[in-house]
Amino acid sequence: MLRKVTLIAAALVLVAGPAFASGKAEEPPKINFSFEGPFGTFDQAQLQRGYKVYREVCSACHSMNLLAFRNLGDRGGPFYDEKYSPKHGKTSNDNPYVKAIALDAQIADIDSETGDPIKRPGMPADHFPAPFPNAAAARASNGGALPPDLSLIAKAREGGPEYVVGIMRGYVTPPAGLKVPVGQHYNNHFPGSVSAGWDEKKQGHAPEGGFIAMAPPLKDGLVTFDDGKPSTVAQQSEDVAAFLMWAAEPKLEERKQMGAAVLVFLLIFSGLLYASYRRVWRNESH
Amino acid sequence: MSGHSTYQPKSGFSRWMDARLPVGRLVWDSFVDYPTPRNLNYWWTFGGILSLCLGVQIITGIVLAMHYTPSADHAFNSVEHIMRDVNYGWLIRYVHANGASMFFIAVYLHMLRGLYYGSYKAPREVLWILGCVIYGLMMATAFMGYVLPWGQMSFHGAVVITNLLGAFPVVGETITTLLWGGFAVDEPTLKRFFSLHYLLPFMIAGVVVLHVWALHVVGQNNPTGVDPKSKADTLPFTPYATVKDGFAMSVFLILFAIFVFYMPNALGHADNYIPANPLVTPAHIVPEWYFLPFYAILRAVPDKLMGVLAMFGAIGCLFALPWLDTSKVKSMRYRPQAQLYFVIFLVVCMVLGFCGAKLPADPVIPGLWSPKVFDAELNSFVWLSRFATLYYFAYFLVVMPVLGLTEKPRAVPETISSPVLGDADKKD
Amino acid sequence: MRRGNPYSRHGLLKKGVTHTNRSCHGTSTGRRDQKRGDLLAPPVYIPRANLQAAYPSLARHFEGDLQVADPAANAAHTGEDDPSRRDFIHIAAITAAAVGAGAVAWPFIAQMNPAADTLALASVEYDLSKIESGLQVTINWRGKPLFIRNRTPEQIAAAVADDGKGMPDPQADADRHKEGKANWLILIGSCTHLGCVPTVGGGEYGGWFCPCHGSVYDTSGRIRSGPAPKNLVVPEYAFLSDTKVKIG
Repeated sequence: MLRKVTLIAAALVLVAGPAFASGKAEEPPKINFSFEGPFGTFDQAQLQRGYKVYREVCSACHSMNLLAFRNLGDRGGPFYDEKYSPKHGKTSNDNPYVKAIALDAQIADIDSETGDPIKRPGMPADHFPAPFPNAAAARASNGGALPPDLSLIAKAREGGPEYVVGIMRGYVTPPAGLKVPVGQHYNNHFPGSVSAGWDEKKQGHAPEGGFIAMAPPLKDGLVTFDDGKPSTVAQQSEDVAAFLMWAAEPKLEERKQMGAAVLVFLLIFSGLLYASYRRVWRNESH
Repeated sequence: MSGHSTYQPKSGFSRWMDARLPVGRLVWDSFVDYPTPRNLNYWWTFGGILSLCLGVQIITGIVLAMHYTPSADHAFNSVEHIMRDVNYGWLIRYVHANGASMFFIAVYLHMLRGLYYGSYKAPREVLWILGCVIYGLMMATAFMGYVLPWGQMSFHGAVVITNLLGAFPVVGETITTLLWGGFAVDEPTLKRFFSLHYLLPFMIAGVVVLHVWALHVVGQNNPTGVDPKSKADTLPFTPYATVKDGFAMSVFLILFAIFVFYMPNALGHADNYIPANPLVTPAHIVPEWYFLPFYAILRAVPDKLMGVLAMFGAIGCLFALPWLDTSKVKSMRYRPQAQLYFVIFLVVCMVLGFCGAKLPADPVIPGLWSPKVFDAELNSFVWLSRFATLYYFAYFLVVMPVLGLTEKPRAVPETISSPVLGDADKKD
Repeated sequence: MRRGNPYSRHGLLKKGVTHTNRSCHGTSTGRRDQKRGDLLAPPVYIPRANLQAAYPSLARHFEGDLQVADPAANAAHTGEDDPSRRDFIHIAAITAAAVGAGAVAWPFIAQMNPAADTLALASVEYDLSKIESGLQVTINWRGKPLFIRNRTPEQIAAAVADDGKGMPDPQADADRHKEGKANWLILIGSCTHLGCVPTVGGGEYGGWFCPCHGSVYDTSGRIRSGPAPKNLVVPEYAFLSDTKVKIG
């Protein structure tokens, strides 16, 4: 009886957990990313396409301060090459793609002789350069809105990478009667409120979604994919979402692989302990 | 435990030590030859599991402190440094964060066992109170620990909880300013929370020592509630309880591993991956799941001070429990009416936890019309919390005292062995 | 185990059993029913004769003394019933625990090794074209000063000429630079005495002079006089091109 109740209670708790309601927005689309599930891994080609989308489109306004160029060559990353891994006595700092990408970037630094601020080519140890030197400059260039740093965005939003895809696809035509404020855009996946442009008393139930300050960033054909994949908004949004998930959780593959080994060990170990327990207790009733 | 020690030091060294500092004898008497009731079920393995959790949290915590920076400017990034750059940092961080949740799962099951089997009743009152002290220290430690990553939820959760103390008249504002070290939650608050978060687990360890000492003086309770009367009722702790506890810990670790490796952020909140911004309040400020029932009780009461008192009172009821329960029968196994109230109490705690995560004004059943009573519609989470809070307090303050006097319990066995060794010929 | 109690208070225990009186509810918690001393008294041991009568099914446990629940006593009679540690399953379980403990211990030790961002700065590449002949540049490498000196032909010649001379730490100049790149001398700028940074050009050889305790190094960075025991350390480095060197 007690056991049954406890199980029901446990089930209730699990149901309650994810039920945090945010602003009314469309549910994020269900996409089967390669990294989902207990044996998920990142699709390196997808990560490369996603990095290209970030680099060519998003990095104009969004920083990614927690990522360094050398991370691109880490295990599970877009440019990982086993030749440049600790297995062969090298690190991602030696990866030629990583070095080339780093050299492309201009990093703010100080001239060691004169002390003046300069820009120099990057090296693998440098972090991705931010488009704006500080938050105030970022707001000034974006109509007062601050483009969030994207290093953790896939973990910082309910729905994770699916949320990102939803936002990218959510720039639909606003429903009739919705007044979109100047400088804002209607997005039916953005968990906000449309009350600034909709009067519920006169017009009835408000449409889902909210007003987002970011203009639709993606367009068909905006980024050419080197592997020939069709560059649709849907494809770009999925690829950039996968890349952002890698950026937020670069150890995902290692974590899941270690998890498999740990669980196998624990299951065997529990079995051994149970057998040991039965052997110890075999003559004693309890 | 009364009775003389059976320790026989064998080697020259152990005899030498025994004459100077009898640690070996203490270990032998407490964990090897210690007489343990033979009928303990798996609900009794949570003590060992909790010790494992405390050890895990202390070790992972000390290691994390080697890489963490307790400064408002660097705390968030230092945690990400741990996750990305420190060797196995991601593993140690996820173990520590999920370990806190596992610690609370185990402690709640441990406390529920105590409630059901009457483990708080004489002569175990001090044991129970020490346990409540440990629980209180755990809550303080967990609260301060959650502030350390300095995410949005860390910061604003700290703001809400420290502001609660301002509810007390006269001294409230002085206390909050003292706690903050400033005019709001900021750098000084973070630094002192880090220092105290490092300190408190060692105090918990100390109280755990007292808790185990108090336990060994009176002996374990057991599912019948009848204390051991002869050696037929007990078995030596090693290997019987040791191997059973070991098995239970291993199963517990399976659950722990599933969270750490496959759902490491399921028990957390996405908003804590956003760096703290004092000027932007999250849409939903929610504490960690193990605080949700108390959060619901706090918000159920419309007055700020009374809400704080109700929240602390809910924990205070636990301290008073040995004197609130009038039943002469310890174990609810023989108290069918008490079982019913206990089950309702369990459900009520779940309901309170569920309500704590919701917006108070949101409807419980969407779309259902209900009249507005006082400050909110009846079909709202705040009213559900109120009814649940009412039962929570009634359980301790009304049911426990009254039921012991009015119920008709089943007959209790004379000894532990009588219901057990009755089918002694049937092998385990 | 059964729920409830199939044995009533009157069922099992026979008369004559020495037993503390209990109340109708049969527990030891009724404060009204017991003297306080009873709570602290050791459990009452039912004499063996009465136990046998009380629990006939326990007969097999009652050989020998009242060591009912002591498995070691059973072992003396039944041998293989002893839950001996020598059983294979116990050894297997303990071994698995040891393996698990070792596997768990490894990350805690490994986390103290340099983190990835520290390792990323373990190597530095430097463009040598900026250093004119006769001049030295000092850069920060792995937290220590690093000298990169472009030696003049006179300085090289003076260093080679001294190769056979007596010195505290004899070493040929050719062993302290890369083949064909005699002008580039790369040294860790930390005096081998107690770690001060030597000044370039000082001392009678025109090499380095350490102001802290007067150690004098020649143009090859070798210690010639003063308290330092060893020559200035040459780190691991490689030329990526004629003008680019990677140190570390």
